[in-house]
Amino acid sequence: MLKTEAVDVERIRRDFPILKRTVHGKRLVYLDNAATTQKPQAVIDSLVDYYSRYNSNVHRSVHTLGEEATAAYEGARGKVTRFVGARANETVFVRGTTEATNLVRFAWGEKQVKKGDLLLATRMEHHSNIVPWQLLAKSKGATLKFVGITPDGNLDMEELDRLLGESPKLLAFTHCSNVLGTINDVANVSRKAHKAGATTVVDGAQSVPHFPVDLSALDVDFYAFSGHKMLGPTGIGALIGRKALLEDMDPYEGGGEMIREVFDDHSTWNDVPYKFEAGTVNIADAIGLGAAVDYLTSIGMDKVREHEIRLLDYARETLSKVKGLHVYGPEDSKERSGLIAFNYADVHPHDLATILDEEGIAIRSGHHCAQPLMRCLNVSATSRASFHVYNSYDDIDALKQGIMKAGAIFKV
Amino acid sequence: MSSADIYRELILDYYRNPRNFGKLEKFDISAHDTNPLCGDEIEMQIRVGENSKIEEIKFSGRGCAISQASASMLTELAKGKPLEWVKLVAKEDVFKMLGDPELGPSRVKCALLGMKVLKTGVYGYLGAHYEDPEPGT
Repeated sequence: MLKTEAVDVERIRRDFPILKRTVHGKRLVYLDNAATTQKPQAVIDSLVDYYSRYNSNVHRSVHTLGEEATAAYEGARGKVTRFVGARANETVFVRGTTEATNLVRFAWGEKQVKKGDLLLATRMEHHSNIVPWQLLAKSKGATLKFVGITPDGNLDMEELDRLLGESPKLLAFTHCSNVLGTINDVANVSRKAHKAGATTVVDGAQSVPHFPVDLSALDVDFYAFSGHKMLGPTGIGALIGRKALLEDMDPYEGGGEMIREVFDDHSTWNDVPYKFEAGTVNIADAIGLGAAVDYLTSIGMDKVREHEIRLLDYARETLSKVKGLHVYGPEDSKERSGLIAFNYADVHPHDLATILDEEGIAIRSGHHCAQPLMRCLNVSATSRASFHVYNSYDDIDALKQGIMKAGAIFKV
Repeated sequence: MSSADIYRELILDYYRNPRNFGKLEKFDISAHDTNPLCGDEIEMQIRVGENSKIEEIKFSGRGCAISQASASMLTELAKGKPLEWVKLVAKEDVFKMLGDPELGPSRVKCALLGMKVLKTGVYGYLGAHYEDPEPGT
């Protein structure tokens, strides 16, 4: 197989200080990017720069530091908004994808969902796009049903159509599965849902970091993603919402910043998106996320995607030579993102991860916060190697070597 | 210590050929727990005999080699012992039984899941409550 790079990996790797460290005396081979990515120096510098040069609260400070911090915070919001093709005033900063779905559950769900209503999720969701809807269904006396998956790891479109025929209030689905890698046709699914009268909540945690996303072409109501999975800091992410919906929603948390006027017996709300950003916001990490967006943009998301497809092709070919190794998810790399979930003979994923760790290789093992999907696949756990732009063909060769070592220890 | 030492013959043998694996038709004690980190799962059933002895004990479940081997070895150790013995079992005993492998904090949970289930079941039967000293993930 021809091993050509879509990006200059050696140069990119130099931007990530952590990649210089060793683990158990071995070169760090970091293949747990679907859990969280490493941070380039530019992101780390942006945090240090904020705290050492213009740390201040935002929006209400008239002094110079306050104005600089506000400009940087709102500048980051603009970068994130443009990065995903959203419109102005539709980007709410949140802690991450989980807070985004919970925000929708409270601020939209409590007002819109009534007793007897039907909510839909899919069997390939992360727990963050299941549990909030379970809680909402319970508190409202609504029902939550699941759209299944086909044996090749795609959404079961027939079941989707059938369940949409039952007039659900909500369809919660992922843009990209964190286990199967399946990339869903968001525009098509969302259009179907809208025709059935459902509001759509899309989990973009595994899509925005890995390939170009243009929300202006996707026709969704709510779209959520996390900064730390896209080279940014932890504790910051975004909820993009249709403005009319955001304006109609009640606040999520009450406090400072989210109000217009406060009286003894009632208050009025600030404009969207500030209505949903109560209290002092996560200024530093929002600025860090803006720096991550700049970094990804400088490489180009189409290049990131191309690089990951090549790594995926190479990984699939390399791992196909390992006897007893089974890979989950769609066959075609163009239909899936840069991650590979697998099981190897009767070596439990946790045992495999322990053996790989000793070789300096970090993978994920377990249920990946997707227990309903694990039950669908009839496994209790899988191993998962997930890539980002700094991964190389060498990393995949190291993974294969590590798996072979586990095979020798377990006498597979 | 290397992983070759952790996954010695003994542990792999109990993983692949677990002793006392299965379910009892008649039992007095039953307990079940999972390790939320891994999804490791262990169920234990005990039939109590004369003088409060563990007459029969079986376990079932699925998970990593360490959790399954540990549970299996523990059932062998417990069989024929008085229930009160279970109260005396400590995590150090489990580690020793496994050959003192060097386990990271996340894998210690796997090793101790069987003991947790055994204690939960037996303490409950004896009218006591077993408090996991290291709850959660």
